[in-house]
Amino acid sequence: MTASDDRPTMIEFKDVHKYYGDYHALRGINGTIKAGEFFSLLGPSGCGKTTLLRTIAGFEDISSGVVMIDGKSMAGVPANVRPTNMVFQSYAIFPHMSVAENVGFGLRKDPRSASEKAKAVAEALEMVGLKGYGARAAHALSGGQRQRVALARALILKPKVLLLDEPLSALDKKMREHMQVELIKLQRQVGITFILVTHDQEEALVMSDRIAVMFEGEIAQLADPETLYRRPATKKVADFIGTMNFIPATILSEAGDKVEIEAKGLGRVAIDIAQAPAASGESPVVGLRPETLTLLYDDQKASERETDGVIDEVIYFGDMTYYDVYLGGTDVEVRLSMRNVPGRPVLDVGTKVRVAWSPSALVLFR
Amino acid sequence: MKNAPFLRSYTLFYLLFLYGPILLLPIFAFNDSRVVAFPLQGFTTQWFAEMAADQNLRNAAKNSLIIALSVASISTILGIFAARASVRYRFPGKGPILGMVMLPLVLPEMIVAMALLVVLLSIGIPLSLFTVILGQVLICTPFAVAILTSAFQSLDRSLEEAALDLGETPLSTFRLIVLPLVMPGIMASFLICFTISFDEFIIANFLGSGQPILSVYIFGQFRFPAKVPSMLALGTVLVLFSIILLGFAEYMRRRGIAKAGGKDSGGFL
Repeated sequence: MTASDDRPTMIEFKDVHKYYGDYHALRGINGTIKAGEFFSLLGPSGCGKTTLLRTIAGFEDISSGVVMIDGKSMAGVPANVRPTNMVFQSYAIFPHMSVAENVGFGLRKDPRSASEKAKAVAEALEMVGLKGYGARAAHALSGGQRQRVALARALILKPKVLLLDEPLSALDKKMREHMQVELIKLQRQVGITFILVTHDQEEALVMSDRIAVMFEGEIAQLADPETLYRRPATKKVADFIGTMNFIPATILSEAGDKVEIEAKGLGRVAIDIAQAPAASGESPVVGLRPETLTLLYDDQKASERETDGVIDEVIYFGDMTYYDVYLGGTDVEVRLSMRNVPGRPVLDVGTKVRVAWSPSALVLFR
Repeated sequence: MKNAPFLRSYTLFYLLFLYGPILLLPIFAFNDSRVVAFPLQGFTTQWFAEMAADQNLRNAAKNSLIIALSVASISTILGIFAARASVRYRFPGKGPILGMVMLPLVLPEMIVAMALLVVLLSIGIPLSLFTVILGQVLICTPFAVAILTSAFQSLDRSLEEAALDLGETPLSTFRLIVLPLVMPGIMASFLICFTISFDEFIIANFLGSGQPILSVYIFGQFRFPAKVPSMLALGTVLVLFSIILLGFAEYMRRRGIAKAGGKDSGGFL
């Protein structure tokens, strides 16, 4: 993770609201995006992430609040003069133009000579790995190539901010994973602020310096991927990012920076206040990621805590096996993941097991 | 379905009924007789010469061309505005307004012609080619709107946003992106409006004030048996003209699709 905190602010949202008629699409967005950051807006469809991206680009007017880019308010600034460029979900490649005409489209008003512009186009195409594709017809390209053309077309203008609206969603899985890595490399190479909209939490975790998780027009949590994964601020965020086991709990006492709880199947445990985000009035549950639970084989001992259990389901993934385990004779079932290494057999349904876990991996939602 | 003699003969009969009479046009246009009847008398180009020499006919053709070109241009431009507005914008009363624009499509032309005649006369506008153009624009615009709406609808909105995003103004975006991509629709609209206007009879007759207009003129000439062969020659020329026009339209349409890489989903031919 890079130290985003030291960088100057590139984009700032101050209490941004957006209404479509009666529909409240953005409900008070606040936050900053740093210069040179790879930032993701993550959330389910309809959460307002694309709307927020489009308010940066200037395609949506905001109902109230302020959007600042590089210290300037964007109120009344139309999309064509904003220092942002966008890669559209459909790529929006102009079908009646060649690849070079597409990439060079934004240079139409550039005072440089035609040969200099042609050189810039060639460089941009080379940067996205499409060297020599300039003369091709745009409509003859594959999905991955279209996306590269869209990237080159946006980056040739050297914007302060590059906006990416679900750019990988139309690609197949292999291509998507390949492009994720390429995008990260490209972002490091050009140093431009990238803002990615995605509904794919894995994609956001892989690519971003920081992520804003959005639900129903609000930012639920804005943090770096590790914090988001290990210390989700709400149960909803925890549920949306990766897999999380939720175990009913009761709060026994809260004193200083320690909270003592009784979690069903796990027993009494004291956790740090940092593991218990601000209360939201829900009935208390503790969250545990599958990989923080470990099955203990024959002679192994738990380094911290251990609980008995019975295997209810075995899901074999090749490199990993997922086990669904009933904890300590209760009806609380947790999923845990074990790496399949030599000498560690895959266990059967019904096997009695011992499960090791660590109090520091718990998160309390209340 | 392969062996369905009834369907086959039905299809054959249908096509014969549709195109048979038109095929008779050139046959009798070259027939060396004033009487339009079999048996044929021999080959002549006399009727074409007679047609070409007819000064009234040439005036009528010129007037019809002026009217058709004007109507096609005006209707298509109005159609572009209406189609763009209906596809891109939301505004109060959109449904009723578009309904009113499309209404002349089903309104009896007779009524439109009569109403226009009464209004024009009562406000003192003299009948002329201009009034014919006005009336026919009313008839043709719904066709233009229908054709152009589908052209604008198939345009991905993010293409326009991309052009804006890359620094173009709304106006230059329209010129550089929207117009080229809806051009096949514009061509189709222009040709259809041209064709509708060219053979339109009712409004030309009501609002033309006796100016020679081709459709009205041809109808008038059929009263004189001596004139019939030269009218058939004219008909032959018009059929040829239509085929050339249609061929050109289809060529432009296919070229447009090939250029934009779209899928050919049928056309006129």
